[in-house]
Order: sequence, then C-alpha cells, then structure tokens
Amino acid sequence: MSIFEYNGSAVVAMVGKNCFAIASDRRLGVQLQTIATDFQRISKIHDRVFIALSGLATDVQTLYQRLVFRHKLYQLREERDMKPETFASLVSAILYEKRFGPYLCQPVIAGLGEDEKPFICTMDSIGAKELAKDFVVSGTASESLYGACEAMYKPDMEAEELFETISQALLSSVDRDCLSGWGGHVYVVTPTEIKERILKGRMD
Amino acid sequence: MGDSQYSFSLTTFSPSGKLVQIEHALTAVGSGQTSLGIKASNGVVIATEKKLPSILVDEASVQKIQHLTPNIGVVYSGMGPDFRVLVRKSRKQAEQYNRLYKEPIPVTQLVRETATVMQEFTQSGGVRPFGVSLLVAGYDDKGPQLYQVDPSGSYFSWKASAMGKNVSNAKTFLEKRYTEDMELDDAIHTAILTLKEGFEGEISSKNIEIGKIGADKVFRVLTPAEIDDYLAEVEESAAATRRTGKIGNEEEESKMMTGGRNYTRLSIDSQKVSGSVCTPRWFFSRERGVKISPSHHLLICFHKR
Repeated sequence: MSIFEYNGSAVVAMVGKNCFAIASDRRLGVQLQTIATDFQRISKIHDRVFIALSGLATDVQTLYQRLVFRHKLYQLREERDMKPETFASLVSAILYEKRFGPYLCQPVIAGLGEDEKPFICTMDSIGAKELAKDFVVSGTASESLYGACEAMYKPDMEAEELFETISQALLSSVDRDCLSGWGGHVYVVTPTEIKERILKGRMD
Repeated sequence: MGDSQYSFSLTTFSPSGKLVQIEHALTAVGSGQTSLGIKASNGVVIATEKKLPSILVDEASVQKIQHLTPNIGVVYSGMGPDFRVLVRKSRKQAEQYNRLYKEPIPVTQLVRETATVMQEFTQSGGVRPFGVSLLVAGYDDKGPQLYQVDPSGSYFSWKASAMGKNVSNAKTFLEKRYTEDMELDDAIHTAILTLKEGFEGEISSKNIEIGKIGADKVFRVLTPAEIDDYLAEVEESAAATRRTGKIGNEEEESKMMTGGRNYTRLSIDSQKVSGSVCTPRWFFSRERGVKISPSHHLLICFHKR
C-alpha cells in the first residue's frame, strides 16, 4: 500500500458564480482501521482563501501549521491578506523545498481573488501546480471524484446549487472508496459569507 | 558577513550614545553629488548630477540611476561602488520575492529589505557601513512612492527630498515649489530647476541624469535627447519670466505680487508661452505673508492649469 493511502482522504473544490465550494471527507484511518470520524482537512488561511490537504495526516497538520505561520508573517509585514494566486505560489515553493524528502500530501487551494473571481488549484506533493476553471480533486477517492464532478458540474452555479452539486459528488465518490467517507465537511464561500456544513453520508 | 578575523563590530557606540561611523558615513553622503526625488500625483521622478572627473570619461557608460525591478528605480548620493553592491543585493531580493510569490515586490517591502542589509553592515564583524544614501522611486498598487534610505538603515517616505552636496538649498527650494497635486511633467520641470540651483557650470543633458516612473508602472531613465527637451522647456519658461519683469528672487517676487502693472504683464506673457503655464502658480500659490487682492486672485484662477 502506498504511503499516500495510509490515512485515506477525499478532497474536492469547485468554482461557481463569484463563489467557490471546498469539501472533504471526515475519516481518519490507519490503513483499514478507522480511528476518527471528525478529522479536519480543510483549513482557513484567511476569509477568502482556504486550503484542504489530502494524504498523510501528520504532514497535513504540519504543513498547515507552516502555511499559517508564513501567512501571518506576510500579513504583518505587508499589512494585507495574501491573494489566492500568491498563496498557491507560496505553497508550491514550500513543497518543492522538500523535493527529495517531500511532504506526503496533495493540497487543494481555493480562494476569491480580485473582483470576487474564484480561484482553485491543486498540486502534487512536490509542488506542481494545476490550475483549473471548474473543479479540482485530490486524495484516495480522486478517480471517483473526477468522474462524479465531470458528470455533475455546470459552470456559473449559485452558492446553493454549488453546495448541492459538490456534496453529491463527494458523497457518491467516497462511497466507492473504502478509505474515505464517514460524512463530509463543506465550505461554501461567497464575497459576503462563509457557510460551513457537515454532511451525513454512509457511515462506513 | 565580513572577514572571519574580526568577529566584533567596528561600529561601536560613543559615550554620547552616537554611532560615530554612521555619522561619518552621512558626511560621506553629504559630500557626494546632489540627487533628488519628487513624488507627483501620477508618478515619481528622481534626478542626479553626473559630474565626471574628466571630459575624457565616456559619459554614456556612467549610469547613476538604476532599475531594481521594472517598476522601481533608485539613485544615490555618496560612494558609487557601495551603491553598485547595494543595487545587486536589492535586485536579488526583489527577484527572490518574485520567485516565491510570483508577484512583483511592493516598494515598501523592497525598501525594508534594502534598509535591513544596510543596518546589518552597522552591526556585523569586520565591515563598515555603506557610504550611500538611496532614493528609491517606485509605482505599485499603493500608487507612486519615494523613499530615502540612509547608511544607518533608517528609511523615510518623502513627497520630495534631496541629498548630497547642496541638500539644504535644494530642500528649501523643493519646500517652496512642491504642491500636492503636481503632475509628473511638472515634477520633472521642478527637479531640473532644483538641480540647476546649486549647479556649478552649465547644466546639460550630459551632466545630469533623470529617471521617472508614471502610471504605466515602468521605470525609465530618460535619454539625453529627452533631457534636452526638458532643459529647453526650462530655458523657455525662465526666459519668459525674465522678459516680463525679471522675476528671479524673493524681493522681486513680492514686488510682483503688490505691483499691479507688472503682474498684469506677466499674466499676458505666460499665455503666449506654451508648456510653462504652470510657472506662475509657483510664484503666487505658495508665497507666505503676501496678501493677494481679489482682482489678483481672479487672474490666478484664470491661469490655473
């Protein structure tokens, strides 16, 4: 079994009309044993930038702490929040620093940029950025997620419809993956509010 | 930083609490060639004298104004070699920032990093402070900005500033001429006049250097041909004021304010001279303690750009 599949994870982000949604599963396992059903994979960097990390749980947590550290210093020095594109470049640089002993996680970054334009991207564990206009996926359930998103995605969805779409895509994909599931955690972010919702799916 | 033989700093406090080496560095700056910068409402201009030690020096090869990034430029007063080293370090820092964040470095951040380098050299083993003060001009998301960085590592944001030999005269001149809503071309005009104030000898495009950045966010050093154009404009407006009543110093300016006849003539002539309509404003808008009668006020408004 690959080390990326040690803990199990499913992460997806989608672009809507002046909004974005980012969702993850909640299972934390040690190979086949489930040890937690409320694991936090999505983290807020600031009100308009979110990052979700899939992969080895210890690296998920450590990398998140490092990124928050860097962003807080940036905020103090530059007296402004980081733009999502800038943050993605920073994550890519930090991951590549460990090119020959990498963090074993794949981040998904989502944010609202200038003029409320949503921005999403994903990268591999050594920082290869992949920008997308519609959706990005990551984790052990990524193949199912690709299929589900491709089928269900429509451009320019409003916040509520986007929430429905991303939730259905997530829940149907984790059902096909034994290492992820146990519910979902969805953030829908518009210029005016952040809505956080917990999904109840098949609890297995 | 510095030689391994010296692990102690050569810049040490005097009993009065001063860092004497830094004071000496500032003296070195003060005896360097004059440079100045002016922040306009839509850009920044920096300029410097370029006095070469001999006519045999190829003036085109001497570049005192340098780019740090495409949208930030810098000029100095003091020791040229120290300036080159600082420019090299600053360019590297700007590029490192760009590589990390894929974003051009904001002017304040670059100034801060450069100032940090200069401060390090006042507190490290075996090194001396830099013998330059820098004027950094840039245009970023926060608009046009002008910063001065001293050998001690302190930096200030200025609306207009001068450094080097003629600093007190130049600053007094700038204090009088500076207006908040000045535009970039006005600022270049004013910069040339300020340089002219303390210039020994004939000012020409071969012995001054001017750099500007406008709302297009591209820093450019003016070519000698462009400098010649500006110099010609300065000459023209100087000639115009000379024709109309010899305005050259404070006394005569005050006379102009109160002597109605002369004042009328000036207004008419400045209408004829293109490109120098801005000139009358200096004389009348910022003079202190001189009363302007309502009729004069009317004329001032009429000629406002």
